[in-house]
Amino acid sequence: MATFHFDLVSPEKLVFSGDVQQVDVPGSEGDFGVLAEHAPLIAMLRPGIVTIYGDSGPTRVVVSGGFAEVNPESLTILADSAVPLDQFERATLTAMIDEAQAALAAATDDRTRDRLADRLDQLKALDASIAGGTAAAH
Amino acid sequence: MASLKDMRNRIASTKATQKITKAMQMVAASKLRRAQAAAEIARPYAERMDRVFANIAAGMAGSDSAPKLLGGTGRNQVHLLIVATGERGLAGAFNSSIVRLARDHANRLIAEGKEVKILTVGRKGYEQLRRNYEKNIVDRVELRSVRVLGFVNAQEIGEKVTAMFERGEFDVATLFYSRFKSVISQIPTAQQLIPAAPAADSAAPQVYYEFEPDEEDILAEFLPRYIATQIFRALLENNASFYGSQMSAMDNATRNAGEMIRKQTLTYNRTRQAMITKELIEIISGAEAL
Repeated sequence: MATFHFDLVSPEKLVFSGDVQQVDVPGSEGDFGVLAEHAPLIAMLRPGIVTIYGDSGPTRVVVSGGFAEVNPESLTILADSAVPLDQFERATLTAMIDEAQAALAAATDDRTRDRLADRLDQLKALDASIAGGTAAAH
Repeated sequence: MASLKDMRNRIASTKATQKITKAMQMVAASKLRRAQAAAEIARPYAERMDRVFANIAAGMAGSDSAPKLLGGTGRNQVHLLIVATGERGLAGAFNSSIVRLARDHANRLIAEGKEVKILTVGRKGYEQLRRNYEKNIVDRVELRSVRVLGFVNAQEIGEKVTAMFERGEFDVATLFYSRFKSVISQIPTAQQLIPAAPAADSAAPQVYYEFEPDEEDILAEFLPRYIATQIFRALLENNASFYGSQMSAMDNATRNAGEMIRKQTLTYNRTRQAMITKELIEIISGAEAL
């Protein structure tokens, strides 16, 4: 199967860099899979799980939003934070949910409130999917 | 003339100073390594951010709906100078050279009749600029309590700056920091932050991107982050520069102290010998008189 170059970077470091077959990305408008020769695309991410299908089986990484740039040769994800799923602590996510909730309660105009409500939903969905994943693993 | 005891004390105190500067040099050397490593691992993000930004900016080129952070306010009247310095001194000319660059810039702008606002990051810059520009300083950020510089620190500053921009408090923002070239060479640099301009060398390829959601929404999210990344990069460079500068300053100080100890010991020995000689002469002439 054709491979392409994939970089996953967060502000503090380069999390993943290498050739992969497929990457599933949690876009803000919905999940999408990227294969080699994908059309050029710049997308926003929501908090979610990036699944990397490389040589060593699927790897899952939790990202908390950011951007993805796709072109036929490569995919770059600029994540706000990226932590491999097996190292991810749910407490971090719980803290983020609390924070989003507090921000939502403090929001004054409708636009911010909409945005924060979206974010809160996304965080909760992520929390649920991680909880489901760990439960299934046990 | 100083007594022998005084001279011994002075030599001891110079030695103590030399020990301190030597220790500071070694601490700075190890911190420099860490600061350099931190700057190293943050580089991929900034580089790729530049590339993505160049692509988006190319996609937006010529559009009237470009956000102000990108296109500017169309005016050039109020300038915000973000001056990033260290929290501590004893680092040679590190802080002063950044401040000098910022001061020259500010004076030029004032001479042109523009309004200047200053945001200082780091205690030293604030202290030095306060003397002449007290009324121009609109805000200051101290990173003294920050042990490891994280992206969040840069994000906070970025949010502050973006919020000020959105309230229309300035038109152009310039960031002052020291670029780390090598241990012996740090270059004070001024970088325009707002309106954001893609780096000249990352010329966008002629590819037409799809945007999801549309360009404007992406840009609205992307630009604050881009600015925070620029600040983060500057802070990391600054950190490395600071320790580099401190290391060479302390190396100099240690060498100077060594030189001073050598001179003081020489004078001490000469004086001691002169006194012995004098005493001997006194004894001999006393014996002869008998």
